[in-house]
Amino acid sequence: MTASNDQPEIVAAEMSARTGNLVMVLCQTALGIAILFTWQGVSGRLVDNFFISNPIEVGRRLLGWTLDGSIFIHLWATVYATMLGFFIGSVIGAVLGIWLGISSFASRLLNPYLNALNALPKVALAPLFVLWFGLGIESKVALAASLVLFLVFLNTFAGVRQVDQDLIDGARLMRATRLQVVTKVIVPSALSWLFAGLRVSVPYALIGAVLGEMIASNRGLGYLVQYSGAQFDTAGVFAVLIVIALLAMALNFIVDIVQNRMEGWRIVSR
Amino acid sequence: MIEIRNVSKGFRRGDHVVEALRDFNLTIGKHEVIAIIGPSGCGKSTLLNMIAGLYMPSKGRVIYKGAAVTDVNTDVGYMTQKDNLLPWRNVRDNIAFPLELAGVDKAEREARADAVVKQVGLDGFETRFPTELSGGMRKRACLARMMLYGAETALLDEPFAALDAQLKLVMHELLLRLAADSGQTVVFVTHDLMEAVTLADRVIVCTRRPAMIALEQEIPLPRPRDVLNVRFTNEFKELYDALWERLRVEYQEERV
Ligand SMILES: Nc1ncnc2c1ncn2[C@@H]1O[C@H](COP(=O)(O)OP(=O)(O)O)[C@@H](O)[C@H]1O
Ligand SMILES: [Mg+2]
Repeated sequence: MTASNDQPEIVAAEMSARTGNLVMVLCQTALGIAILFTWQGVSGRLVDNFFISNPIEVGRRLLGWTLDGSIFIHLWATVYATMLGFFIGSVIGAVLGIWLGISSFASRLLNPYLNALNALPKVALAPLFVLWFGLGIESKVALAASLVLFLVFLNTFAGVRQVDQDLIDGARLMRATRLQVVTKVIVPSALSWLFAGLRVSVPYALIGAVLGEMIASNRGLGYLVQYSGAQFDTAGVFAVLIVIALLAMALNFIVDIVQNRMEGWRIVSR
Repeated sequence: MIEIRNVSKGFRRGDHVVEALRDFNLTIGKHEVIAIIGPSGCGKSTLLNMIAGLYMPSKGRVIYKGAAVTDVNTDVGYMTQKDNLLPWRNVRDNIAFPLELAGVDKAEREARADAVVKQVGLDGFETRFPTELSGGMRKRACLARMMLYGAETALLDEPFAALDAQLKLVMHELLLRLAADSGQTVVFVTHDLMEAVTLADRVIVCTRRPAMIALEQEIPLPRPRDVLNVRFTNEFKELYDALWERLRVEYQEERV
């Protein structure tokens, strides 16, 4: 920072904001350590180790899984199902959203059915997906995709409906074809809505994949948490939960980066 | 060229109908420049929207080159009252939009866009986005886009309202030169009587809503006109004063 000609108060305010941030990070770290110590202290003394395990055991489990590489197989299975489900769900959701947004006939026709499907808890579809797609990764992908699909669809649909009619009229007056109106006005205009839909649906893709694995699988973090629970292995359950939380944070981080890029490129305006 | 025959237009608002135009009759010849003046909310924009085919008359017909307008009229370039630039495109890509729609290749359309950008004085702002421009700059971008579209008829709805006096003159000059060069028919809405008399062959004054024609005045000033100096000539002053007087009477009668 070159602050030579900045006003001193502003510099001071900025510096105090920075020290404020640093202090906050220190406090957060301290809180985390305090929780770990309390957990370790309470476990086996106030609460049975069976219920809450303890940080050392959880850490040992994580280390063991990392060293023998087994966690990566499960992690990859979940990441793969999440990404594929997210991708398939968003493509179908976006296409459906744009199509129904443009065609008022189709949207009125399908409206009650879509409402019913949307109100349905998608998890209840899991047995059907297992029947259709088997115990492999496909059924997890399908569950993740079904969650993503509706979120992306609803956002895209709303976005297409929000498109400024004046912009469409303007393009039509300049001899835009129907297709050009869609590709050059409606889709770009709805894009920020579409991205909002993609953004909120990333965690749901993960939820879908993990749930699918919990219901019927022999691989993945969802399977691992289920399996550990069934073995009364509390430390294992906690260890997997930590991995899932880290994965979720990593996904959110990626979404943030992508979003910033998009805004930088003006793909998403406003 | 454009015939507005007994056109009435109402908008349903709740359980009553807002009547914007009533029994409007106007014939506009090829290459004519028409100024439309009238109190705000009287139905001027509605009239342009009907010529552009965006609204259909409730009664009567709008005839364009012998055929009734029943769909968007792609022979007109329309500069709407509210600017309708695409917010996700920069100035250059907005202005080049009609060429892009027509399938002109990138290099050519950018070169042509940059040329008109200069004419409206937006050079240096080619890569800015509409939200980064002032209202007057957005209007000029719309004007440039319309120029590039090169329609045979130009509809302009309060095109220069947001510009300062200096820039207004530059735009007047530009509009007249372009209209003359390309033989365009021009219909524009304004609140500025000076502007109307400077640019138009004929000034149409509307009544309050529902708009009817209160009076029509030919402006037989010779062309090409020097937009800077024409206002200081005696003929201009006479026309302007006469119109002003009739406007005053018109509005006074209305108030009674
Ligand atoms: N699309 C519309 N729907 C309903 N009412 C409208 C619409 N467009 C214009 N009006 C009404 O018609 C009247 C004339 O509007 P307009 O033509 O915009 O006036 P102006 O002369 O100021 O351009 C106004 O009362 C306005 O509220
Ligand atoms: Mg208006």
